Amino acid sequence: MLVAAVFLPLLGAFIAGFFGRFIGDRGAHIVTCLGVGLAALAAIFGFYDVVIAGNQQVINITTFISSGTFEAQWALRYDTLSAVMVMTVTVVSTLIHVYAVGYMHHDKSQPRFMAYLSLFTFAMLMLVTADNLVQLFFGWEGVGLVSYLLIGFWYHKPSANAAAIKAFIVNRVGDFGFLLGIFAVFFLFDAVSFDVIFGAVEGKANAEVTFFGIHAHALTITCFLLFIGAMGKSAQLFLHTWLPDAMEGPTPVSALIHAATMVTAGVFLVARMSPLFEYAPTALAFVTILGATTAFFAATVGCVQNDIKRIIAFSTCSQLGYMFFACGVSAYQAGVFHLVTHAWFKALLFLSAGSVIHAMSDEQDIRKMGGIWRLIPITFTVMMIGTIAITGLPPLSGYFSKDMVIEAAHAAGTGPGNYAFFIGIVVAGLTSFYSWRLIFLTFFGTPRADHHTMEHIHESPPVMTVPLMALSVGAVFAGMIGYSFFVGEHREEFWKDAIAILPAHDSIGKVHEHHPSFFIKYLPLFVSLAGLGMAYQMYIRRPDWPGKLAAAFPGVYQFLLNKWYFDELYDWLFVKNAFRLGRLFWKRGDTGIIDRFGPDGLSAATVVAARRLGIVQSGYLYHYAFAMIIGIAAIVSWFVLGMD
Amino acid sequence: MTALANFVTQLPILSAVTFLPLVGALFILMIRGDDATVARQARYVALWTTLFTFALSLLIWVRFEPATAAFQFEERFDWLPQYRISYHMGVDGISMLFVILSTFLTPLCILASWEAIEKQVREFMIAFLVLETMMVGMFCAMDFVLFYVFFEGVLIPMFLIIGVWGGGRRVYSAFKFFLYTLTGSVLLLVALLAMYFQVGTTDIPELMNFKFSREMQTWLWLGMFASFAVKVPMWPVHTWLPDAHVDAPTAGSVILAGVLLKMGGYGFLRFSLPMLPEASAYFAPLVFTLSIIAVIYTSLVALVQSDMKKMIAYSSVAHMGFVTIGVFAATQQAVEGAIFQMLSHGVVSGALFLCVGVIYDRLHTREIDRYGGLANNMPKYAFVFMVFMLASVGLPGTAGFVGEFLILTGTFQVNTWVALLAATGVILGAAYMLYLYRRVVFGELTKADVKEMLDLEPREIAILAPIVAVVMWMGVYPMSFLDIMGESVANLLKQYHGALATRAADLEPLGSSFIAWLR
Repeated sequence: MLVAAVFLPLLGAFIAGFFGRFIGDRGAHIVTCLGVGLAALAAIFGFYDVVIAGNQQVINITTFISSGTFEAQWALRYDTLSAVMVMTVTVVSTLIHVYAVGYMHHDKSQPRFMAYLSLFTFAMLMLVTADNLVQLFFGWEGVGLVSYLLIGFWYHKPSANAAAIKAFIVNRVGDFGFLLGIFAVFFLFDAVSFDVIFGAVEGKANAEVTFFGIHAHALTITCFLLFIGAMGKSAQLFLHTWLPDAMEGPTPVSALIHAATMVTAGVFLVARMSPLFEYAPTALAFVTILGATTAFFAATVGCVQNDIKRIIAFSTCSQLGYMFFACGVSAYQAGVFHLVTHAWFKALLFLSAGSVIHAMSDEQDIRKMGGIWRLIPITFTVMMIGTIAITGLPPLSGYFSKDMVIEAAHAAGTGPGNYAFFIGIVVAGLTSFYSWRLIFLTFFGTPRADHHTMEHIHESPPVMTVPLMALSVGAVFAGMIGYSFFVGEHREEFWKDAIAILPAHDSIGKVHEHHPSFFIKYLPLFVSLAGLGMAYQMYIRRPDWPGKLAAAFPGVYQFLLNKWYFDELYDWLFVKNAFRLGRLFWKRGDTGIIDRFGPDGLSAATVVAARRLGIVQSGYLYHYAFAMIIGIAAIVSWFVLGMD
Repeated sequence: MTALANFVTQLPILSAVTFLPLVGALFILMIRGDDATVARQARYVALWTTLFTFALSLLIWVRFEPATAAFQFEERFDWLPQYRISYHMGVDGISMLFVILSTFLTPLCILASWEAIEKQVREFMIAFLVLETMMVGMFCAMDFVLFYVFFEGVLIPMFLIIGVWGGGRRVYSAFKFFLYTLTGSVLLLVALLAMYFQVGTTDIPELMNFKFSREMQTWLWLGMFASFAVKVPMWPVHTWLPDAHVDAPTAGSVILAGVLLKMGGYGFLRFSLPMLPEASAYFAPLVFTLSIIAVIYTSLVALVQSDMKKMIAYSSVAHMGFVTIGVFAATQQAVEGAIFQMLSHGVVSGALFLCVGVIYDRLHTREIDRYGGLANNMPKYAFVFMVFMLASVGLPGTAGFVGEFLILTGTFQVNTWVALLAATGVILGAAYMLYLYRRVVFGELTKADVKEMLDLEPREIAILAPIVAVVMWMGVYPMSFLDIMGESVANLLKQYHGALATRAADLEPLGSSFIAWLR
């Protein structure tokens, strides 16, 4: 069962990918949807088996790499954390697969697309069920690869190709840190498998090492390196630039990358490595501050973007920030809880946005929408549900998870925790503002599309709307149902030992012990309503305000619109210089110095010498070859005869 | 059946695998008829000979005993008994897989030259078969003189393959190749002579057990280094490689990248490390420095190339930089990783050159910008090229990952700085390969002549499909290969570190005072 949950999507991908031409589009749809669908059923069973029946287990498949003391297995590890992830990934992915059948029905390479989706799911499952860091890295790179393929799916578009490469390379920068983290783990523990590491971590709590000339607390530097990997995959500040561009891919891709899977891998990594992070308080503080800052950065940018998918992309980036600072204050369960609820409502938002784009004849600019809610009522309704969920209004899922994240940050009582709490409140307001701005501009007001587009507006077919409805069910109920298990009174029997927290760090415990004051408890809700009111004021009642505001603060507006100028900075700093250096090394280094003074200079000198000796180049290659053999023969015979 | 089984077990298999291609070459010499007949028959004879050689070499693998570090399938005949030089063959876990690599790639090269080589087919095939004999012999040789003969012998057919059947500035390139390698070889020969005069034999196992004085080691090491570094090639003696690749025919490039570059890394493992442990430890910082420069410098140079072959050639220098780091890091993971990396690079870069050959045969240009949008009309090609591109990038699940990962893991245990700097190659490697792939395969299909290019034909699939399979196999279940080398590497390192521990407690690696000053 558990093996099936992981490998069925691979099978589907294999068949659709290699035999797509024989089984046709329909066949590819059936095979891949069936693959993930069955995997989802197996995952639900697995969840029951592992979490409720308590059968945690590690299924060994075979050895992956073994060299000296280095051992890494191909294995599936099933504990609560991976069971939760497997279930979320497969179920959401199944809905996305079904939706893709409808969304992509005009495309000419559907089997390839479906194969990519399934392969992506498989890689993600390998990642979350990994028993060691190397297999985790396999899945990690696997999702990176398929996201590259998916973002660049429409490979005739230069922008899609550029975005795909950017995604891969920025992720590689993160991987660079992750790899060093793995090496550091092996250095410390002489192992990479989780059981061994976690078992030995206490003994290494005070170990110190010198890496890269820095003498430091071993676990801090290790966790810091691992977190660099998480930053790349989860698009945290400094390594976030690939994420908005990833919108070049078809919409189901955005949903899959941003909702259930790839970007949450970083959060998963931190949660999985919680036994290490717990002994690295400095690293945790860094995670908290960076997460909170990312949440703020992305939310500010999200407020001024006009591309419907880009807004949701920045929203994702921002919500990931929440998850990270939850982990940073040792509320890993709250981070994973928000990950799960976010998977539902963010997939819902992306896919509804896809449905809107579909209806609007591929228009993505919300300035050219408006007044269409009556025309696409189902899409409108589900998107409203998604928005209510993300803005944290009760009783939808976001309310439960986000509140716990913010309260835990407050309860942690540390400096970084307080910073995160403060940012968390501000960002809750910003989230509400940009989410409602999106709704108001897209669905309300006067229609701003041309009449040609307006005439063609139609609701999406059931194959797309049914997954949307299913996702909205999750977006509504996931929080209510999950609360007591993930972060409430049943959390200990739910998580068992999948997540380790030092008693002193248990911020969720503190939330439950000292009930937060009324003010703390309802502040997020209040700012969320304030954001809603603000958006209403600016985009429904006084639609002239935003323009005036932008005109009044052009600097701020441009700064936000250009995403704090990170792209420009990186392009100038890294991309241009890499090419410049490459050219310099090639023309000046290889040709200008090495060849000029090396072989070319030598042969010129030889030619001069040869001319003097009267030997002229004949130009026949055989002569040279012959001369060479004679030369060797001469050397060898001199050597042999010279013996006597 | 028993007679056959007896024959198989009695067969001096290493010599058989080594010289079988030479027998094929003799057959080709004897072919009579008009040019077309000779060409056709020469192709078939070469193909069947190399296939049979490959099949025979698999017997070595099957019968190889991985649990021991000893040399296996040993053969020894007196050659020059008065000088204690013998014909001594044998393989251990370090060399065995290189034999397989050579015999695996050669038939694919013959197939790749099936149509691409039109003139002097007979001579080409002979050159290739001789080349195979030299390569296999070199990896099997257990006597330094024998090794040297094969090691140098490889040069001649390769020199001819580039010079006669190459394109562009082929004579310039052939000479550059020759000049570089011969300069190194002369110094290797000097080292060989010096060792002989001191030990009185050139038997490799005996040389391994001889303890040279530290000063002697230093000079010997430098002599060998001159030769092996050119072969690898290490920066700054790498500039022959891009030119040689650009002008070599496809099959020549495949062997050059696939096997010839491995001769340097193999030399370090077979000679420098076991025979000259103190000097190896002393010079390790030098090797690290040059290798790191190779990784970063040539990766950046690869980024700006407009010629496909040149780009892959530069990427080879970067990938081989990992190998030299791994060898001199001298930990179990790093050395196994280095061997694995050599094998995987042999397969993957060979395959990449084959991929270039496929489209070169159609459009007769290597200019990257002349292509674009091949995914539209050549989907099979796009897939195969993608697999090799990803393997070159070092994606887990492909051959490229395991070697790089083990090298860096092992190196990190010894020197975190080296691992850190070398790991930047992980980012740069992705950059130039993806950039190449995007320009050739992705994009709009606009150019009229590119539109007319046809997808892979059955012959090409027959060449590339086995390599795809091997690349995936090495990536998913690398244990088939790591198991073979594990024991031999462990033994090598035991000797190496043992020698250092007993005799070199006072050894200060080159530049260590400088590094201490930096700290």
